[in-house]
Amino acid sequence: MDATSKILRDNLGRRTFKDRYFRGLVVFLSLITISPIVLIIYKLVEKGIRQISFDFIIQTPPDTFEAMTALANGELIPGGIANGITGTLMMVVLASVLAIPVGVITGIYLYENPGKPMANLTRNISDILQGVPSIVLGLIAYIWVVKPITNGFSALAGSVSLAIMMLPMIVRSTEETLKMIPQTIKEAALALGVPYYKVILKVLIPTGFSGLLTGILLGISRVLGETAPLMLTALGSTMINLDITKPTSAVPLLIWEFYNDPNMVDLIWSSSLFLMAMVLTLNLLSKRIAARTK
Amino acid sequence: MNENTIKIKDPVLSIGNLSVSYEKGKYAVKDVSVDIKRNAVTAIMGPSGCGKSTLLRAINRMHELYDNIETEGKLILNGKDITDMPTIQLRRMAGMVFQRPNPFPTMSIYDNVIAGFKLNGIRLKKKDRDDIVERSLRDVTLWDEVKDNLHRKGTFLSGGQQQRLCIARALAYDPEVILLDEPTSALDPVATARVEDLLVKLKENYSIIMVTHNMAQAARISDYSMFMYLGELVEYDKTKNMFTKPKDRRTEEYLTGKFG
Ligand SMILES: Nc1ncnc2c1ncn2[C@@H]1O[C@H](COP(=O)(O)OP(=O)(O)O)[C@@H](O)[C@H]1O
Ligand SMILES: [Mg+2]
Repeated sequence: MDATSKILRDNLGRRTFKDRYFRGLVVFLSLITISPIVLIIYKLVEKGIRQISFDFIIQTPPDTFEAMTALANGELIPGGIANGITGTLMMVVLASVLAIPVGVITGIYLYENPGKPMANLTRNISDILQGVPSIVLGLIAYIWVVKPITNGFSALAGSVSLAIMMLPMIVRSTEETLKMIPQTIKEAALALGVPYYKVILKVLIPTGFSGLLTGILLGISRVLGETAPLMLTALGSTMINLDITKPTSAVPLLIWEFYNDPNMVDLIWSSSLFLMAMVLTLNLLSKRIAARTK
Repeated sequence: MNENTIKIKDPVLSIGNLSVSYEKGKYAVKDVSVDIKRNAVTAIMGPSGCGKSTLLRAINRMHELYDNIETEGKLILNGKDITDMPTIQLRRMAGMVFQRPNPFPTMSIYDNVIAGFKLNGIRLKKKDRDDIVERSLRDVTLWDEVKDNLHRKGTFLSGGQQQRLCIARALAYDPEVILLDEPTSALDPVATARVEDLLVKLKENYSIIMVTHNMAQAARISDYSMFMYLGELVEYDKTKNMFTKPKDRRTEEYLTGKFG
């Protein structure tokens, strides 16, 4: 064997070694990244699945005494989280109704006016808003809505705090989605004499629709589990409430209440499992939509 | 008018002293006066950046998109002053086709053809719509290829088919002129040849103005040619005259490949 081929082979050997070493490291680090979510789901299913039944979805929580009796008899805790599910749905829908139009229109504005001082200011403020702790948004909604408008804790106040949380996400995703649409598509519509606002409504938004939807779904899944702002706004309720001006429960609020009652501990797990399933479903759905359009 | 330009009788489009600047004092098109022959293919040639696209877009006023643009001059299309005409009306009379095929990705082939009507909210009877779609697709020789898939997305077509679809979309309005900006530069040679044949056929019914930086293409299909340089119209003549005996030294240098 001549010298060059020996060097080549040695090099190759070293490279294969390095390659293997790096691949091992990458796999190890990936495992570290995915293990929390796997452990969470495992724990939630292990501890929570027993309590999940049809009743769990359509009944309100038991009182402490009922729960204590069930525990003493070794039975499952009766009741469910229907008030939390309806409250969460109501507040998330209302928050979406408030945040989507404002967010999408702001996103369009940012896309249409790149570099304009007002647009840059808006974008920066939106980014800052994204970083505001959710409890502070709860306080804001308390000051804006609880005191002056609904005269007490209310679903509306909860929705406003969630809407403010969703807003920057929707603004960003709208702007980014529109930016990805080729300029040539816009020109095609303008060359047909289509007025500018119709180009946006009938061409750009439909073309970027799945991007917008993905952003909105991610925004919703982000606020679905929010607890802190709701404590200061929606407060909670032991009954199903569909009046937006009244205090309302939510799944994460119930989890917090169960945590504070030693007899209800089992319900923490099943409620968390339920919430996690909702969030995961929305996340996967938005991933699907995003993937289908690429 | 420049002495190296010819006069055209009964022109379809008459451009008078047109100047366009994107920034104050810097002209992308400088004092261009030219008459365009009816039912003919007119090519606009010149090196990159000389203002070909700007001139073309000044005709249907697509360049009004830009914020600081300033335009002077007069445009007469078929005897009508279009300088201040509402853009919807103007763009129905002057269709445009771009460098890259740009069918609407959310629309079917059928909807792409009548997109101008749909997007502007112009209502048509089903029969009229069907007729327009069939006529336009036949005009661009795409009908036989797509007639069984009219409700599939336009983006499923090949590049050349997409470009013909875009031409059909412009034809659906039954325009007076068709403006094309390097319509074959993103296509392969076979698709290019098809579009070229198509343009030659279309001049029976339409007047065509086409920007091209491909001299051979201009020589193959155009009847009249303009040569632009640094925003000015240097020379305008019948294509065969211009290619055989150019009057201006710059035209000659360009045509012989000395620059551009
Ligand atoms: N949107 C724009 N903003 C500023 N300058 C532009 C813009 N578009 C084109 N120009 C300038 O105008 C001149 C002519 O451009 P264009 O008409 O695109 O040339 P061509 O199509 O012949 O390549 C060039 O110098 C170019 O830099
Ligand atoms: Mg150009």
